[in-house]
Amino acid sequence: MKGRQGERVRLYVRGTVLGYKRSKSNQYPNTSLVQIEGVNTKEEVAWYAGKRMAYIYKAKVKRNGSLYRCIWGKVTRPHGNTGVVRAKFKSNLPPKAMGMRVRVFMYPSSI
Amino acid sequence: MAPTMVKKPRVTRNPDLVRGVGKFSRSQMYHKRGLWAIKAKNGGVFPHHDPKAVAPTPAEKAPKFYPADDVKKPLVNKRKHKPTKLRASITPGTVLIVLAGRFKGKRVVFLKQLSSGLLLVTGPFKINGVPLRRVNQSYVIATATKADVSSVNVEKFDDKYFSKEAAKKNKKGEGEFFEAEKDEKNALPQGKKDDQKAVDAPLIKAIEGVADLKSYLASRFSLKSGMKPHELIY
Repeated sequence: MKGRQGERVRLYVRGTVLGYKRSKSNQYPNTSLVQIEGVNTKEEVAWYAGKRMAYIYKAKVKRNGSLYRCIWGKVTRPHGNTGVVRAKFKSNLPPKAMGMRVRVFMYPSSI
Repeated sequence: MAPTMVKKPRVTRNPDLVRGVGKFSRSQMYHKRGLWAIKAKNGGVFPHHDPKAVAPTPAEKAPKFYPADDVKKPLVNKRKHKPTKLRASITPGTVLIVLAGRFKGKRVVFLKQLSSGLLLVTGPFKINGVPLRRVNQSYVIATATKADVSSVNVEKFDDKYFSKEAAKKNKKGEGEFFEAEKDEKNALPQGKKDDQKAVDAPLIKAIEGVADLKSYLASRFSLKSGMKPHELIY
């Protein structure tokens, strides 16, 4: 995505896709669960509410000049007590995304 | 008649107790409005004015074309956006961190909020390469650091200053106009360069007066391992 040289600045927090929102034997793929690095309580999640996130993956064919593709989404609410977060994406995440990296950006910012 | 001035909105002398229920009765309102005084002045009868003679409007001809299908008129929409509220943490001179776009991570000085709600911001250009630019409030983190912008005059900048040039009509010879268009697009008009220098010169002097502020603005913000944005104080 970044063809240019220069300082690499990371302005996103790393996150991991844990899976879909689910009960024991049913899953609801329109909402994904994401573990954000460094966030361990439901109070800490408040800062991240509404922040946008992107699931970035590679494809074999170039589209719009790049092999990288992205699904945008946002943090919707905390999930449970220990910092896991629910997220909704523009289109549902594919199952191969489970366990993969997601970038949680710091915008829209309210600081 | 005298030329019509702006009409004052008619205020009602009958406040609502509850929606649909006024405080005063009909007879009380008659007294409040002074209709009795107007009648008394006019000899017991309410004054009646004959309608002004109006020049007869010429008879309208039937239009010679009716559209085949009825065209629906879009509904009137008079809603106006409220002006974007500027966060309390952002005041002129605040150093902001840009979170997205070409200049992500750059620390930049806030100058003023434009009428569209966007923030006018400058690097300054000599320090970190960010020109006079507009940025949205949501894509920015305000730090606690402030630079002194009292010596900078930003009156002349508004949203129109940043609008794109209207696409010129070019129907001339194809070969020629391709090259000419490219040159025009790339060159920044000298006026804008001068504006940048005019804004930056006093600003850079003020920045150099503060220890480390120049190198602070030249550096970029980045999250490192172990940094938690929700715990950082900016």
